[in-house]
Order: sequence, then structure tokens, then C-alpha cells
Amino acid sequence: MSDNFVEIRNLCFARGDRWIFKDVSLCIPRGKIIAIMGPSGSGKTTLLRLISAQLYPNGGKVLVNGVDIHSLKRAELYKMRNSMGMLFQSGALFTSLSVFENVAFPLREHTKLPEDIIRNVVLMQLEAVGLRGARDLMPNELSGGMARRVALARALVFNPQLMMYDEPFTGQDPITMGVLVKLIKYLNNILGLTSVIVSHDVAETLSIADYAYVIADGRIIGEGTAKQVAAEKLPFVDQFIHGYADGPVPFHYPAKSYREDLRL
Amino acid sequence: MDIRVERPAPDTLKVTFLGNLDIENVTKIWRLCVDAVDRESPRLLHLDFSKVDYCDGSGLALIKVLQQKQAKNHKSCTIFGLKPTFQKLLEYIEQRPDKVETSALLQEGLPEKLGHITVDILRDLKENVVFLGILSYQLFLSLLNPTKIRWSDFFRIAEDTGPQALPIIALIGFLIGLISTFQAAPSFADFGAQIYMVNLVGLGLVREMGPLLTSVLLAGRTASAFAAEIGTMKINQEIDALQTMGLNPVRFLVVPRILVAMLVTPILEVFFVIFGLLGCLVVMITLGYTTDVFFHQLYQSIEPIDYIGGLIKVFAFGLVIAGVGCLHGIKTRFGAKAIGQSTTQAVVSSLIMLVVVDGIFALIYYVLGV
Repeated sequence: MSDNFVEIRNLCFARGDRWIFKDVSLCIPRGKIIAIMGPSGSGKTTLLRLISAQLYPNGGKVLVNGVDIHSLKRAELYKMRNSMGMLFQSGALFTSLSVFENVAFPLREHTKLPEDIIRNVVLMQLEAVGLRGARDLMPNELSGGMARRVALARALVFNPQLMMYDEPFTGQDPITMGVLVKLIKYLNNILGLTSVIVSHDVAETLSIADYAYVIADGRIIGEGTAKQVAAEKLPFVDQFIHGYADGPVPFHYPAKSYREDLRL
Repeated sequence: MDIRVERPAPDTLKVTFLGNLDIENVTKIWRLCVDAVDRESPRLLHLDFSKVDYCDGSGLALIKVLQQKQAKNHKSCTIFGLKPTFQKLLEYIEQRPDKVETSALLQEGLPEKLGHITVDILRDLKENVVFLGILSYQLFLSLLNPTKIRWSDFFRIAEDTGPQALPIIALIGFLIGLISTFQAAPSFADFGAQIYMVNLVGLGLVREMGPLLTSVLLAGRTASAFAAEIGTMKINQEIDALQTMGLNPVRFLVVPRILVAMLVTPILEVFFVIFGLLGCLVVMITLGYTTDVFFHQLYQSIEPIDYIGGLIKVFAFGLVIAGVGCLHGIKTRFGAKAIGQSTTQAVVSSLIMLVVVDGIFALIYYVLGV
């Protein structure tokens, strides 16, 4: 068995007549935290959907644990998905269920475990994210950060081998951000997970990532360890990592000349 | 804020600005300046800003407009006394390096537009067919194995759809019965046939008005609710979450709703008819007929087959309403307006589908002689 948990080979994906990915190849080694960064609309979330086979590529392969995930039959695919957890941008908790029931949901649906075992498993997961006391709250009573932690507990309840985080830090206050960063790192070490973080919060993501890819225009334009990426001299990567206003990604939306527009 | 317009030499116009060129003042004076320049059309326009302490974007815009006017008439314009800060702003506009974008948007002709519309329609159709396929399959699986149905969801939705809708169903049913009897009364009285109003209203309610109006009410109440609930879940990524857990959203969200609608709509229709007949009875009693006469006439006019026909029809209507509602919920796109659009679409399409299905039933019943 290779030590890459996920291997993407020559992936191509188009939406309408726009190419989201053109010939993208990347590896996600077992047990590591991999960051995938890129500007908004560069297809980061789409990449996660391709890995979990919610979308099918126009070309290329995604190997998960050595298996081409897009060649799997429905039942096998659903089984494979149980070894992947995904944390959504919005948390995506089921609003009609309490915190406890949300975390218990995958267990109830996929297993026939007795109630007391389910209870213990759920409380263990909630303990790990520090929300054991919040088990009876409803999702609308949680803060954004808490909702994400509950969603994390739910994603982990099946002990996935691969965790995918979709913009985990977006719109969080510094404390919550710190908590999430710690938690992702901690869970990765304790549970021996393989983690993929899709994000454009550069500093936070790079602080825990073992290896980072920068994508834009459907291609990988930069990769390396956190230090390498931060020191990258390629104009685009440089602009992205340091957040310059103008550069390869222009500040100005295409327009006719300023003088002409003001009729000078 | 004021301006002073002078003619220090022939063919020269001097405009002195007294005060600050902010948006409020510019609003007051721009007409004066522009009119003066237009009227005189001087060879040299001299703008004096030495009394101006502050100038904002509107002030700069005014200067630019006056400069343009002069340039267009091949006359000249000089600026005097503008503070260096504002001078810099003015220069910034003039000297801005241009990054000219030459690519223009492609103009779409009629064929392209037609093509796009056709593709959209076909894609929509394909989505509907795929949804129908998944739904039939999941419905079939659920009926084969009823333990797989989400009964907790089922009962929660059933409560929202059924008992909660009863007051409006009862009210509308009663009023429809009452009003249609009342409206028919004068015409029937001309022929001395008022007793046959029971036949008219009874048959009408059982065969057509009951099923159709119950379904119309449910389309407004339930199809929109289904579309909004599922649409919100989609925007909240709950549907994605289900999928990543390896669970089929149609089985979880759509099947319970369809089953609820198929069960609840006929029951509501029964209530609609009962209350409609009650409305009819009230009018008949005020016209002097007894309850016995009313029921006797009712028994004579309505065959069981009429009633069963209506029930079968309303069962199908329920399926249509819930199916269309859920379909539009699942098709919800992202964005703030998306849910509003899908609820509207759900109600409109389910009403259209109701009429279509009703027409099909009318044809079938006609052929069968029911």
C-alpha cells in the first residue's frame, strides 16, 4: 500500500464551458495535514467534492486508499464515504436535531448499536471538542464556532481516516480560530488522521499544515512546506500569501480607460 | 458658498470660488458655473481657487466638466490657486496609467439565445426525470421495507400538513358550500327546482371542487413549505452533509413528505366535503327544507363511485403537490433570492400540474363512464 492516502492524477473538471481544473495532480500523504489554498472561486470546494465523489471528473483519476473512487458502485462508494469525514463551511448541522442527536445521527443510520453504546461514543466525541455540556442545545442556540465544533464531532464519529475541512476558519473570531487550529492539529496527531484543509486563511492554515498547495486558474501554481510557500517568489503565490492588493490578480475589474470613462 | 464671475478682459471669463467645494456646495453652484461658461463661451476660462480650503470628488468633477467644455470648443482653461493636495488629486485623475481591457462581451444573437433557452429547458427536463426516477426507486424501497422510513420526520411533517391545515380547509369548504348553494338559489327557484341544488353542490363537491380546492390550498400551504424547508437545508449544506455520510437525501427528506401528502390530502378532502355539505345544509334549512329532505336528496344524488373517484384523484394530487414542492426545494440554487424563487416556482408549477392532472382524470373518468 502506498503511503499516499489520496492521489489525484491529471484531474480535469469543467462546469459548463469553463474549466475548473486542467490537469491537476497532487498527493495527500497518510497522516499528514495538507493545505489547499487559493483565491475565492478557484475550485477548492469542488476539489473536495471530487475527492468524496459527489462530483465526477471529466478526465483523470482520484485514488483514495489506492482505489479509483469514481469507478466504485453506489454501495461501495457509500461505504468508502464512511471512511471520510467532511466539515462544511457552515457546519451543516441538522437544524431539527439537538447537538447530541446530530452527532449520533450517522451512528443511528449506519449501525444497529444499542442506545448506551451510542450515548458513550457521542459523549466521547463531544468531550473531544469540549462541548459535552452543550449536548441538549439546538443548533440555533450555538455560536458559529460551537456549531463548527459540533459538526467536527459529527464528522469524526465514524472514525474516518480522512478528514476534509472546507474553509474551517472563515468568519471566526481569533479565539475560535485558535481553538479550531489546535483541535485540527490535535485530532490529526491523536487519531492518526489524514487531513485536508481548504482555506484562504493563509496564516492559520500554514501554521499547522505539513505541506501546502496553492491553486488558481485550474492549476497548481505553487507547492511546498509552509516555509517554502511563504518564501515563494512566483508573483501569484507571493501576492496570495501576502495579500497584496494588486498583482497577477488585478485590483481593477477590466474596464475601458479611466480618462475615456471620465470623458477627458 | 458663492461664486464671483468677472470679465477682466474681452473673451476672458474669470470664475472665483468663495468657499469650500464639497458636495453640498457644488450642488448649489454647478448650474451657475456651467451656464456662465455656456453663455459666454470664452476663449480663456480662468478658474480661481485661492479661497477654497477644501475640495472633494464632486469639486474635482466640476473642474473636469468645465475643462471638458472648454476643450470641446477648442478654448483654453487655466486653474489658479488650487491647494497642492487637491492639485495632486486632479493630476492623479489625468495621469492615471491605463490598463486597457480590449476584450468586449460577445453579443448574443437570436440563434444563441434560442440555443441557450433550449439547453436550459432540456436540462431542467432532465433534472426532473432524474428526480422522478430516484424518487420512484426510493419510494419503492421504502414501501418494501417500512422500517427504513423516517417515522419521526413523518409524524412531525404530518402534523404540520394535516391538523394544522384543518381550520383553513374547514373554513373554505364551508364557505364554498354555502356560497355556491346561495348563488344557485335564485336560478333554481325560477324552475321550482331548489331541492336539486343538493345534487348540484353535492356532486360538484365530491367529484371536482373538493379534490381540486383542497389541493389548491395544499399547494399554497404545503408545496411552498416543502420547497422552503428543503431549500434551506440545501443552502445550509445539510444535504451535502447527508451525502458525505453516505445517506441518500431523497430517502431522508423527500420520501417522508411524499408519504405524508398522499395520506393527508385525502383525509383533508373528506373534511372539505363534509364542511362544504354543511354550508349547503345551512342554506337549505334557511330556505325551509328539513335535514331529512336534505340527506335523502344527497343519498339519491351521489353514488359511492363518485366519492371514490374523487378520493383517487385527490390522492394523485397530493403526490403531485409534494413531489413538485420537494423537487423545487432540491433544485434550489445558492444565494439570497434562491429560496424565494423556489417556493414561488413550487406553488406555480404545482398549480399548473394540478390542472393538467385534473384534465387527465376528467378524460379517464369520461372514457370509463364514471
